[in-house]
Amino acid sequence: MSATAKKGAAKKDGANQPFIYRHYDQEKLRDALRKMYLIRQFEEGAEESYMRGLIHGTMHLSIGQEASAVGICLGLTDEDQITSTHRGHGHCIAKGADVSRMFAEFFGKITGYCRGRGGSMHIADVSTGNLGANGIVGGGLPIAVGAALTAKKMKTGNVVVCFFGDGANNEGAFHEALNMAAIWKLPVIFVCENNGYGMSTSVARATAVPNIADRASAYAMPGVIVDGNVVSDVAEAMHEATERARNGEGPTLIECKTYRYRGHSKSDRNRYRTKEEIEEWMTERDPIEAFESQLMEFGVIDQKGIEDIRESVRKEIEAGIEFAKESPMPEVANLEKYVYTEQA
Amino acid sequence: MDAQVETATRELSYAQAIQEAMAIAMERDERVFLMGEDIGVYGGAFQVTGDLVERFGTDRVMDTPISELGGAGVAVGAAVTGMRPIFEFQFSDFATLAMEQIVNQAAKMRYMLGGAVSVPVVMRFPAGSGTGAAAQHSQSLEAWLGHVPGLKVIQPATPHDVKGMLLAAIEDPDPVMIYEHKLLYKMKGEVPEGYYTVPIGKAEVRREGADLTIVATSIMVHKALDAAKQLAEEDIDVEVIDLRTIRPMDRQTIIDSVCKTSRLMCVYEGVKTLGVGAEISAMIAESEAFDYLDAPVVRLGGAETPIPYNPELEKATVPQVDGIVKAARDLVTGAR
Ligand SMILES: Cc1ncc(C[n+]2csc(CCOP(=O)(O)OP(=O)(O)O)c2C)c(N)n1
Ligand SMILES: [Mg+2]
Repeated sequence: MSATAKKGAAKKDGANQPFIYRHYDQEKLRDALRKMYLIRQFEEGAEESYMRGLIHGTMHLSIGQEASAVGICLGLTDEDQITSTHRGHGHCIAKGADVSRMFAEFFGKITGYCRGRGGSMHIADVSTGNLGANGIVGGGLPIAVGAALTAKKMKTGNVVVCFFGDGANNEGAFHEALNMAAIWKLPVIFVCENNGYGMSTSVARATAVPNIADRASAYAMPGVIVDGNVVSDVAEAMHEATERARNGEGPTLIECKTYRYRGHSKSDRNRYRTKEEIEEWMTERDPIEAFESQLMEFGVIDQKGIEDIRESVRKEIEAGIEFAKESPMPEVANLEKYVYTEQA
Repeated sequence: MDAQVETATRELSYAQAIQEAMAIAMERDERVFLMGEDIGVYGGAFQVTGDLVERFGTDRVMDTPISELGGAGVAVGAAVTGMRPIFEFQFSDFATLAMEQIVNQAAKMRYMLGGAVSVPVVMRFPAGSGTGAAAQHSQSLEAWLGHVPGLKVIQPATPHDVKGMLLAAIEDPDPVMIYEHKLLYKMKGEVPEGYYTVPIGKAEVRREGADLTIVATSIMVHKALDAAKQLAEEDIDVEVIDLRTIRPMDRQTIIDSVCKTSRLMCVYEGVKTLGVGAEISAMIAESEAFDYLDAPVVRLGGAETPIPYNPELEKATVPQVDGIVKAARDLVTGAR
């Protein structure tokens, strides 16, 4: 089975429109746009707070990759689960987390999702099905397979999405996880966000095959390549994979080709890629701009509607930062709390 | 090994001292090469390899894919067959992915083959907390590797020592694991120019004192020295030993010191329980120094928790100068 390209071409059987316009109502699509703004503005807000010394440590921004997070999570329920990565803010928001509690976590506050223990790299909202970002590249892959095993054993009908980067496909855990998911036909969807680089190392220098999806054939599952900056293409591939998973037919590997605008983390001199390359992605392939114009083209929203959503997101972000600033710090006396489960 | 002629010195950071050692080794010995994630054009996550790729090329400064188990194993395989690889883990925490090759292969190959081969590999581990990187990027797991016969495990605390010990490690016929505290990378100190070595397995008395022996590792050496300075103002005279190597441990230097001061405190960043301090304490309990002890041994180690993200909590997980001062004062004055 080789990787099959999906170009999001309209099918002839329904209306001659891309997948999401046939499959979801307009409200849902406007909400998807809102989530993309929310992710971008959240990360811009986090970046600014970091510069101003309100957030410490490091963080990995996914600005430029919003379409894959939103397109993948569009059709999921709160009961469906995801495992996320070090570049996980977008996944967390797309899955339904509240940005106030995310900011609070980044500010190290007790009101944060991880009560100030985790920070950006471990951001999670278990209540909306996010089992957590991960500081270990590839760390979430077997965990997602385990969650899918639970879904199968308990017959929940839920699916599990495993986000990972192109760099993670060279960890042993990737290969072991895909194989087990395939032999046990588990309801898991492996979503590779291929942004071209693992830190400074390009896919071409690190990976023996040209596409990560090419690896799927070794584990007898479909490998699907999509333009990760086009919401509808991502959502369509995800829809098919989800159907397969829910029908007991096993896992799928989806590769979203995308790009990160910012450096790998807060300490990146960007020596491994050109300004022109970054510029080109930012000006010609921005996922949010593309989605905005498509929504307008199909009459889902107008300029005023866009302005309104942007403004409401701005307010939500401002309020989130305020909430984080005002929240209390965790108490040092409780340092060892949560190491083990409290028992009566 | 060349004589230890120390020539002119100048100030270098700890990271620069490591880089200089690697450059000298590569110039002296064709077999030496570097492997690791993003050590080439990126210069390493902590800029330790820096611009070495420009000087030595991509054949000798090799970026690996994100494959710790495979990468460490490739280094082991190259070492067994005649090369002298230096493998950098981007963070010491990721060595957990490579434990198989380190513990089952590198450490045991010579023994299992009845001495037919050696494994002259060097592995570098940026370790420790204090950067806000939370639970999976801040650990001090050196005691894990210190538990494995066949490995040598070192923790240089100064720019001078890290250069000399790394050069010694590269020449060592056996696998040497070098733990580098991330907060030391920017620390400056006098470093001799050119080639020299600092022996593996030898502790160093950093400060002489009569009332109490503090055995510290890595960054804790500096905290212990700061504490000793404060305690001197209270007429408490502390001897500070920089352990430098946790396997093989320089027992005699510690025993001699405890026989002199009659009090022992161990300060290390790794989790307190079952850590380096446990070994030092037990070793003293088994030695002639036991009879000289005037007070129970004290261990200050990491809290029994993963490293938290919040900076205040993070600080509270590892020994700090104030805590060392207080514990030392209590120990010497019998207030505990
Ligand atoms: C096991 C492990 N090795 C190395 C790292 C350091 N590291 C963090 S992110 C990263 C690059 C990951 O690349 P990719 O999977 O493509 O994700 P991206 O950062 O591009 O989103 C590296 C090397 C890590 N966190 N964990
Ligand atoms: Mg990547």
